Amino acid sequence: MEFRSYLIRRLLLLIPVLFGVTILIFGLLQLFPAYQRAMLYVTDPRQLNNIDEIIQMYGLNEPLWKQYFTWLGQVFSGNLGWSKVVGMSVTDAIFNFLPATLELAIFATPIIIIGGIWLGTKSAAHKDGPVDHISRAGAIVGWSLPTFWFGLVLLMIFYGYFTGLFPPERLSTDISVIVHSGEFTRYTKLNFLDGILNWEWSVVFDALRHIVLPVITLSVVNIAFIMRLMRSSMLESLGRGYILTARAKGLPEKTVINKHARRNAMIPVLTVSGYLFAAIVNGVVITESIFNYKGLGWWAWRTAINLDVSSILGFALFSGVLFVLTNLVVDLLYAKFDPRVRLGGSIK
Amino acid sequence: MKRFKFLLYHFKKNPLSIAGLVIVVVFALIAIFAPIIAPTPDGHHDPYMIPRDGYVSTPQPPSSDHIFGTTQGQYDIFYGVIWGTRTAFQIGLIVIAATLVIGLVLGSVAGYFGGIIDEIIMRITDIFLAFPPLILAMAVTIALGASIESVMIAIIVVTWPSYARVIRGDILAVREEDYIEASRGVGASHLWVILKHVIPNSIYPIFIMASLDIGAVVLTAAALSFLGLGVPEGYADWGQMINFARNWIVGTPTNTFAYWFTVTIPGLFIFFFVMGWNLLGDSLRDILDPRLARR
Repeated sequence: MEFRSYLIRRLLLLIPVLFGVTILIFGLLQLFPAYQRAMLYVTDPRQLNNIDEIIQMYGLNEPLWKQYFTWLGQVFSGNLGWSKVVGMSVTDAIFNFLPATLELAIFATPIIIIGGIWLGTKSAAHKDGPVDHISRAGAIVGWSLPTFWFGLVLLMIFYGYFTGLFPPERLSTDISVIVHSGEFTRYTKLNFLDGILNWEWSVVFDALRHIVLPVITLSVVNIAFIMRLMRSSMLESLGRGYILTARAKGLPEKTVINKHARRNAMIPVLTVSGYLFAAIVNGVVITESIFNYKGLGWWAWRTAINLDVSSILGFALFSGVLFVLTNLVVDLLYAKFDPRVRLGGSIK
Repeated sequence: MKRFKFLLYHFKKNPLSIAGLVIVVVFALIAIFAPIIAPTPDGHHDPYMIPRDGYVSTPQPPSSDHIFGTTQGQYDIFYGVIWGTRTAFQIGLIVIAATLVIGLVLGSVAGYFGGIIDEIIMRITDIFLAFPPLILAMAVTIALGASIESVMIAIIVVTWPSYARVIRGDILAVREEDYIEASRGVGASHLWVILKHVIPNSIYPIFIMASLDIGAVVLTAAALSFLGLGVPEGYADWGQMINFARNWIVGTPTNTFAYWFTVTIPGLFIFFFVMGWNLLGDSLRDILDPRLARR
């Protein structure tokens, strides 16, 4: 199959899935009473006093299929409802909280991927040696750690014992004043980057100090995951004929491992990047709730425990669509670089 | 039988798998003997609700009355972790059983009949797999209202699709075998072929692997309870006990680890429980992986 026809096929397949995603969200919505569902149509806080009117206006007591299309129309016009927890519209809330989470992900993702690949390679190259045993034991421990517990223990040590060394939240109070003052321009809303751009090093330092523990919490489980995958993939790759050839022609071991074995072994790691994305989103909710780090995950958590229906479903829809698109990009990249994928029957 | 012996042989060679087995067995014993290890006080109606000793908000350190101390609101930690083991097994076993049944029915129907039926079922799994699992589970839990049943349903909702897919794949591989054709040829019905030939030939490894996912299921359930979405307050559940501890990570000025027990003890229970299953799972997966087997 040509890459182009594969691309078209995948894009067409996207339509029923996205359609299904909205139906699933709408189905969940039906489990809530009408006055809570009405929150999905509110665009202005003044409307909160006239919930009955909204129920009438959007026909929330009408047949389901009618309601579905009314709701879908709202979604397409960018209205996901009102988030009562933070007192702004759901769309605004998503854009408001996104930078904090992005900042977290920007630090955590490279650490997870590079750390996992590096450890996996080392472990496989020294199979059954001390390095291998230690990193495998570490991986089993990391893989079994409850993220939420690990984060609290880190806080207990680095915030409680070493008083205030790595505090929770996003910024200290005095630094927060600087950031929100008129002299400080928030170009990106990523605190450490804005700090650099404003040449305000106290902000950079403070932002980094607050992000250390969340990044560690978010990374540990996922490094363990990537490392395990990389190790087994490396071992398989090292058993192949071309490695024997490479060694036979006298290449240094370093080149054999890093160039010949590792490059091939990285393909399975690429294919799970969709999964990694989901794991990071999951982890972000837990991590941000532990550290009171006000990003998307924190918001999703607050809205969930306060039964803020429009927000949690809006967030589910947002992360679902993002996840579907991530998977699409991964698959397309994979198909582009490995023709076996688009030729084989695995497309279904 | 030969397969079983092969399994046992490799299993015994690996100390990690033995360690995993021991951990899981110890937890199973704790769950079975919970009423003896931590007897329910007289007049306390629901044994799964942790008994309280007063209503003081500050956690109390371990003492002779409460050997692991108490959480905020004076819930007994020892009672909570012991009965929490039962909750963990209950959630793990029920969720895995339910996902297996759903996965088995939908996966085998899709794989065996193929065509349009297969297409529809697979697109439905796509939709469920289109969400980060925890987010969908959170939405389902709050939609159903906080209870242990909601937690189980939420986790079933996010796990069945991957099972259905794996089972479908295996059925597809088996379907092409000659003996299936032979069976159809002599007039066997579809149901008979699926139940009698297809499933027994593809399902054995899936069953073992599924049971090993109990650790992961319990971890997700604990995460939901930790976020305050799972079980009602006071239910014996590890995740909730850690949620109770989150306000007590910073100790008193004189003793920075004054409330260490509230965080540490329930956390260690979850950690060892999950690790036991993971150790067991790792070694069995290695043994069962056909590419590695019999080398």
